[in-house]
Amino acid sequence: MHPAPSVIAFSTFSGLGFGLLFWLGFGVPVVSGWSAFAFFTIAYLLAVGGLISSTFHLGHPERALKAFTQWRSSWLSREGVCAVAALIVMAIYGAGLVFFDAAWQPLGILGALLSLGTVFTTAMIYTQLKTVPRWHQSLTPVYFLSLSLAGGALLAGQITWAVVLLIAAGAVQIATWLLGDRALKQSGTDIASATQLGGIGKVRAFEPPHTGTNYLLREFVFQIGRKHAQKLRVISFGLMVVLPVLLLLLPFSHLLAVVAVLAHVAGVLASRWLFFAEAEHVVGLYYGKR
Amino acid sequence: MTTLPDNTEKKLGLVIDLDTCVGCHACVISCKGWNTENYGAPLSDQDAYGGNPSGTFLNRVHSYEVQPEEGHAQLIHFPKSCLHCEDAPCVTVCPTGASYKRVEDGIVLVNESDCIGCGLCAWACPYGAREMDMEEKVMKKCTLCVDRIYNENLPEVDRIPSCVRTCPAGARHFGDLGDPDSDVSQLVAERGGVDLMPEQGTRPVNKYLPPRPKDTMPEIDVLAPFLEPVVQEPGGFLGWLDKALEKL
Repeated sequence: MHPAPSVIAFSTFSGLGFGLLFWLGFGVPVVSGWSAFAFFTIAYLLAVGGLISSTFHLGHPERALKAFTQWRSSWLSREGVCAVAALIVMAIYGAGLVFFDAAWQPLGILGALLSLGTVFTTAMIYTQLKTVPRWHQSLTPVYFLSLSLAGGALLAGQITWAVVLLIAAGAVQIATWLLGDRALKQSGTDIASATQLGGIGKVRAFEPPHTGTNYLLREFVFQIGRKHAQKLRVISFGLMVVLPVLLLLLPFSHLLAVVAVLAHVAGVLASRWLFFAEAEHVVGLYYGKR
Repeated sequence: MTTLPDNTEKKLGLVIDLDTCVGCHACVISCKGWNTENYGAPLSDQDAYGGNPSGTFLNRVHSYEVQPEEGHAQLIHFPKSCLHCEDAPCVTVCPTGASYKRVEDGIVLVNESDCIGCGLCAWACPYGAREMDMEEKVMKKCTLCVDRIYNENLPEVDRIPSCVRTCPAGARHFGDLGDPDSDVSQLVAERGGVDLMPEQGTRPVNKYLPPRPKDTMPEIDVLAPFLEPVVQEPGGFLGWLDKALEKL
């Protein structure tokens, strides 16, 4: 799959933002007044910034409001509904903390769950796709949720939670890579099932429909980055999990915490890039590619 | 709502005969022509006369080489367009309701004025049947020539999809695959028509007729084994040349 920068930025930053909103909704850390204002501003910049960047890959962003209508069938629509609901509920809860020094806890918990729900619906957009076997597995939502919770804990300054959740997210990441590498083969979809010509003999793509490229090849057959995939996995894992955990275990300083957050964000961006670049869409089989 | 109908009154679709297709791409051209001038946004091209041409097509013809265990490889031309699936995954993922499957005939269509161009339906389609138009920024797909098949301004002979009307080899057939007595259903039953990627669970309406097995010539000349064998060693000038080169 083509790793579109807007989608990578969206899923990384909104994942972090909604992760932070989850912790804030449960009153962790306890904030009020200006400190609440600072935390909520960071969370909203990340969550809303991510959502806005996701509209950059739309052909007709001016019609985006229509995307709220099909929540009964479409995970993308559900994501939109969930995101807006979470942002509105958390804005009211945040206003209570900032202006009235009042923690309306039921509202906070509802907002926290909606925030987590937004990350889950984002993950389900990818998980539902049978056409991309690497994504079509139950670990995909776990991967998105664990990283969002870990990143949120990191931003919320919850050192113990952050260390535990980062290690858990790291384990999930390794599992998704290992299972993902086998997914296409295990899906049973190959050039023989695509063409139904396997009964005659061994099928080989002889000639593509056109000498030039097309939308399908640009969007679904992305092979450039896979050459360095293993190296990038190591880099991503080091930045996303290992470095932040080590920095958090050192005696606390604000500078180290900032470095831990920056390393984590860079690592998640790399991980998300791999999430797309390594994903094989079955349509590539018709072109003798993957 | 982009939910799928439980059942459609008809299941209009195509039957494509891989035994007959000669790979001429006439269906590709007629499809592009008809659908550029009629229903919805035109099918644009980018850099059409330049070094890196690319464009939107609703129908593309692949070619595959199939090597049996024994004997010669076969070349099979393979036209591919929307299969108008009964469980169309492209429809249910659509966030705006632009994609829908018609209850009356099962055709899968895009309402272009509702399409936000997010591309998720193309991601959900295993067959590569949907392409984003780079000029209009909306999703394009085969309409089964919905603007021809019911069009009373056209002569009756033309009220079939453009690709079917054009095919010079008669490799494309159009009809109601929901009616077991229709010509297309009988053709599918007779020739063992198949679904592409059945494991994807899309239940395509369009069927593909596999190439017929190649016939083999039986040994009918009973006297041939008794004929004097043809000389294997070259004689004359070639024989001399062969020996001379051998000695070198």
